[in-house]
Amino acid sequence: MAEFHEISPNAAAGEKLLNWIDNRFPLSKLFKEHMSEYYAPKNFNIWYVFGVLSLLVLVIQIVTGIFLTMHYKPDAALAFGSVEYIMRDVPWGWLIRYMHSTGASAFFLVVYLHMYRGLIYGSYRKPRELTWLFGCAIFLALMAEAFMGYLLPWGQMSYWGAQVIVNLFSAIPFIGPDLALLIRGDFVVGDATLNRFFSFHVIAVPLVLLGLVVAHIIALHEVGSNNPDGVEIKATKGANGIPLDGIPFHPYYTVHDIFAVSVFLMVFTAIIFFAPEMGGYFLEYNNFIPANPFQTPLHIAPVWYFTPYYTLLRAVTSEMMYALIACVAVGAMLAVVKGKMPTLFKGLIAGGALVVVAMMLSIDAKFWGVVSMGGGVVILFFLPWLDNCAVKSIRYRPSWHKYLYAIFVINFVVLGYLGTQPPSAIGGRVSQAGTLFYFGFFMLMPWWSRIGTPKPVPDRVTYTAH
Amino acid sequence: MSETLANGGKVDDSKRTWLIATSCAGAAGGIAAVVPFISSFQPSEKAKAAGAAVEADISALKPGEKMTVEWRGKPVWIMRRTPEQLAALSKLDPQLADPNSTRKPTEQAPAYARNATRSIKPEYLVAVGICTHLGCSPSDKFQTGAQPSLPDDWQGGFFCPCHGSTFDLAGRVFKNKPAPDNLEVPPHVYLSDTRLLIGDDKKA
Repeated sequence: MAEFHEISPNAAAGEKLLNWIDNRFPLSKLFKEHMSEYYAPKNFNIWYVFGVLSLLVLVIQIVTGIFLTMHYKPDAALAFGSVEYIMRDVPWGWLIRYMHSTGASAFFLVVYLHMYRGLIYGSYRKPRELTWLFGCAIFLALMAEAFMGYLLPWGQMSYWGAQVIVNLFSAIPFIGPDLALLIRGDFVVGDATLNRFFSFHVIAVPLVLLGLVVAHIIALHEVGSNNPDGVEIKATKGANGIPLDGIPFHPYYTVHDIFAVSVFLMVFTAIIFFAPEMGGYFLEYNNFIPANPFQTPLHIAPVWYFTPYYTLLRAVTSEMMYALIACVAVGAMLAVVKGKMPTLFKGLIAGGALVVVAMMLSIDAKFWGVVSMGGGVVILFFLPWLDNCAVKSIRYRPSWHKYLYAIFVINFVVLGYLGTQPPSAIGGRVSQAGTLFYFGFFMLMPWWSRIGTPKPVPDRVTYTAH
Repeated sequence: MSETLANGGKVDDSKRTWLIATSCAGAAGGIAAVVPFISSFQPSEKAKAAGAAVEADISALKPGEKMTVEWRGKPVWIMRRTPEQLAALSKLDPQLADPNSTRKPTEQAPAYARNATRSIKPEYLVAVGICTHLGCSPSDKFQTGAQPSLPDDWQGGFFCPCHGSTFDLAGRVFKNKPAPDNLEVPPHVYLSDTRLLIGDDKKA
């Protein structure tokens, strides 16, 4: 608790006002802690703009969403028409709607790039584990938000997308069918489903999302930002206690970020004005047909940002199960034979593997497809504890790590591409190989991240003044 | 016996007991308050009432044609199979995941439809047109022979566009496809030669 601070009666009116507020609310203190005296490493590169950009898109989505809610009707009989009404009859309604629909894709684009930045520079490593976990939770909430929002226009893709995803839950043994019923509120996706998804989309999930964003930033500002060198700037402080490689976030990075925001808005508005549907990738053509519970569109695919995970789901067939069982068996055997741990743990691992294999043989491949899809996201949460490399940043990791990360990115894009395509024999095989690589990359990380000799890490960040 | 705290103070045991008791009572009340909210997610009485049986007139259905009626918001197919299509069914057994519907017999079809054609009258297939994988509605692929996404020796059937599961003209799923089970045959009964009741089989 700060003591009451008196100010000279001759001070300017503005100073008096600020003093009045600061005695009652820590305004200056907050500004200093998070802006003018938050010391960020001075060697940030272009990868570091995507955090600010995701915040910008979040604001765009909330503002446009509020205005869309004023005209939208969450009723199965009226929803499709009300979206068309917004597009045609509401003054400037088309712009607000396209900002919101393009914003959804932009959100995922900047968030994927933001996460990739964290991946290559080791931003999830100690002491930033909680920042990473809050971030993964934001990603999960964002997926829920996007999925439920996609039902609202009540087009064919809205309807069948929701039907497929809600039915994923019914694959869970024992409780599944009842759980799916509880989510839908009816025996099929219908008015009850639309109404509750609307409620979740406009209030429940955004509240969670905002809370998580605040937690993400508080955690980040507590530990300080990582940087492309993965060097802790707090380890080298000047006589005044300020990191030598740090620079106040404001005004240095706020000005950089304004430039990034300008470039982003140029691209964003160009898409809104010239390609809001993005060739069917941002808004699928089938979604301009009202929902019809009797006819599934001939080709059904989720929006692009879900397709890598959708491929993980589709890849698991009953044939693929044998490959997965083999992976579990080999993994358990290696742990027992090669692992350095007490016999008790080895016994637990062997027993656990037997139980998992028995479950894999007895429960439908469909359920394991759901596990694969969910696991693809959940595994990200464990990243801080999977990576055993001696250095954080890709810059000082053994060179072959760079190729591995390149393959990971290519694999992720291929998985995403296959998710947009109709099922095919070759595509199925490629997606199965891609699924094994995706999980192998993370599951074997404790092993491969230790291999090779890292390059020497400098004590200070590499930075040349310009 | 009262505990001594790090700062030298004593724990008031009686106060602590009451603190624990009130906390537990409060937590129980809080959990109980969640029940009505979760329960409100369940289907409403109105939604449950909408599950009545529906009647279908099949007099206009020609061999090789299919019609769809709505029952509980789901599409129910009524397909009149040609003799050739019926003859092809038995040859497919080795390619099917569960040709005799033995995996979950009671869920897949009522007793009177647990036979080679999965129907009461061999000619007419009655099935819920919802894929047992993730609930898409498979599309008609009655034309035989090679075509995109289907095997070259295709004998006619249904193809689910979502994840590529294929079903024969008795709604039986092919091997190594994501769908685990054959299409569900709903309870149904013939009221006359041309009138079919779907959703109920007692009004014979």
